[in-house]
Amino acid sequence: MLTTRRVDAYHALTVVAPGIAERFRPGHFVSVAVGGPHTSMPTRRAFAVHDVKPDYGGTVELVFSVRGRGTSWLADRKARDTLDLVGPLGRPFPVPRDPVVCVLVGGEYGSASLFALADVLQQRGCRVDFVLGAPSADRVFGALRARRMGETTTLTTEDGSLGLRGRVTDALPSVIADARADVVYACGPTAMLRGVTAVAVEFDIPVQVSIEEAMACGYGVCMTCVLPVIGDDGVTRMVRSCVEGPVFRGERVRFEDIGTIPFDALGAPGGRASEGGAHTRHVS
Amino acid sequence: MRTYLAHVELANPITTAAGCAASGAELSQFFDLGRLGAVVTRSITMAPRAGRPTPRMAETPSGMLNAVGLQGPGVDAFLETELPGLLDHGARAVVSIAGGSVAEYTALARRLADAPGVTAVEVNLSCPNVEDVGRVFARDPAASAEVIASVRATMRYDVPVVAKLAPDVADIVAVARACVDGGADALAMINTPLGMSIDVDTMRPALAAGTGGLSGPAVRPLAVRCLWQVHAALPGVPLVGMGGVLSGRDALELVLAGACVVSVGTALFHDPYAGLRILRELEELLKERGFERLADAVGLAHRPPGAGPRHRIDLEESSL
Repeated sequence: MLTTRRVDAYHALTVVAPGIAERFRPGHFVSVAVGGPHTSMPTRRAFAVHDVKPDYGGTVELVFSVRGRGTSWLADRKARDTLDLVGPLGRPFPVPRDPVVCVLVGGEYGSASLFALADVLQQRGCRVDFVLGAPSADRVFGALRARRMGETTTLTTEDGSLGLRGRVTDALPSVIADARADVVYACGPTAMLRGVTAVAVEFDIPVQVSIEEAMACGYGVCMTCVLPVIGDDGVTRMVRSCVEGPVFRGERVRFEDIGTIPFDALGAPGGRASEGGAHTRHVS
Repeated sequence: MRTYLAHVELANPITTAAGCAASGAELSQFFDLGRLGAVVTRSITMAPRAGRPTPRMAETPSGMLNAVGLQGPGVDAFLETELPGLLDHGARAVVSIAGGSVAEYTALARRLADAPGVTAVEVNLSCPNVEDVGRVFARDPAASAEVIASVRATMRYDVPVVAKLAPDVADIVAVARACVDGGADALAMINTPLGMSIDVDTMRPALAAGTGGLSGPAVRPLAVRCLWQVHAALPGVPLVGMGGVLSGRDALELVLAGACVVSVGTALFHDPYAGLRILRELEELLKERGFERLADAVGLAHRPPGAGPRHRIDLEESSL
C-alpha cells in the first residue's frame, strides 16, 4: 500500500498492484480482505477502482466511505502496510467503437469509477458530459476533475449546498437533450441507477449501469450478490453482480424487483422451472 | 498425501465444501482444480432454482450467515455443462444432491447413476421434507435413513454415498447411525447450523429469509464435537469434516477428531487459494509430527489418556 488520504467525506487508498493495474479496464472492481491475518471478518469487501497509474510498476486507487468495521479497519491502514487484493474483477463498461456523445452520471462516491471510463471514451473521440450528485456538497466526489474533463458538468445536491438543488435524475433529461447524448453510463446507489435508467429509456438511448451489491467474495463463489436481470432470451435470471456484472444494461435490470425473486424468474418458487418463452419487461 | 473416501482413493484430503465453489469454473481461474482432492458441487436439485431473495448474507463475529436457498441450474443443465466443465478442469467431482422428498432424491440419483465422472454423491439432508410439514430430513433419523437407503439402492455400487448431517439436532449419533444402517458409505459433517442476526439500525432481520446457515470459524467447535461423537460411536465409518477450517491447523483438528477428508467452505470466500494453502499447511504439520500417512492421524485424539501418539518423534524429550 502506498498512500491513504481523505477526500471530503471519503477515503482514498492507493495500492501498488501491478498485476491488477495492467489488466484493469474501466468498471472493474477489486475485493479486499479486511481485518488482518487473524481477522474475525471472513467476508471480503468489494470496491470499484477509481484510478490506475503506471507509477511503481502499477498502482490502483480505491475510494470508499466508512460504513462498518471492515471499512473502518481499511481507513486506518498506513503507508507500507500490505493488503490482500483480488482483481480486476467483473465485467467492465463496454465502450462504443464510434465517437459518440456520452453522459456519465455518478451518485456519491460512485462517480469515482467514471473518470477512468471518461479517459478511455475521450481517447476514442467521444464527447463526455458529467452529471454528479449526492445528498450534500462534501459527498459529491470528483467535481473538480469532472469540470476539467467534461464538455459540461452538472452538479446536484439534495440540500442545495452545491450546484442544483435536487437529484441527478432531475438534471439528467436536459443534459441528455442539450448534448444530444447517444449513451448514458451510471454508477451510484441503486435507487439512482433505477431513476437514470428510466430517463435513458424515455430518451430511447442505451444505458450502462454499475451496480453495488453486498457480496462476500467478489469472484463468483458465494452466490450472495444476485439480482433479477433479463437475459438475451427474454428470461429473467438471478445473476451475480460480481461475475455477470457489476455493469449491466440498465433496461435489463429489474430494479423494482431487486430484493425479491420475481415469480417469472428462472427457477422461482412455484413458477417457471424451464427455459423458453419470452417474458420481457421494461422498467417504468 | 492420499486418503480414502469410503473405497475411493483421493489424491489428497482437501475438498471444497458443497455450495462454496459455485460451478467450479470461478475457482479454476485461480488454480488447477485437479490439485484438490475433489470438488464438491453445490447441491443439485431436479429443477432450476432461483434461490432466496437478497440480502442473502450477513457477516457475524468470525463467521457469516447465508440464505442462498440452493440457487442452481437444475440437474439437466448440471449434467450438460457444469459436470463436464469440472471434469475438463481436471477435477474429481463429488456431486451434492438436494430434494424435498425421498422420490426427488431418488430421481436425482437415477440421473447421476448414468453420468460419467461422479466420484461420489453427497446427500444434503438439510432440506425441508414436503411430506412432513417441511421438517428437515436431517432432524429425523428415520427420514434420513429412508433417503439414504433409496439413493444407495439407485446409485451404482462403486460410487460412494455420503450423508451430510446437520449439527443442530438432538442426537447427531442417532442420525449418523441411522444413515449408516441405511447404507451410507461415509458421513459428512457439519452442515451449517441455523442462525439469525438482526440489524439494529433498520430493526429488521439482516437476511431477507430471516434465518440462515452459520459458517466460518465460529462453528468449528461444533464441527469438532460432532466429528468426535460420531467417530467415537462409529469408528469404522469414514467421515468428511467441515466447519470453519481456515488453516492447516484447523484441518488437523478435524482429522484428529476423526475426519479422513476435510472440506473448505467459507475460507474460499476469503481466499480463493485457501484449499491449496490448507493442504500445504496440513502436510507440513503432519510431517513435523512424524506422520507418513494421513490415516495414522485420523481420530488420534480419541486415544486413551497417557497413551503416546503412535508415530510422534519427540525430539525435545529425547535423551540424545
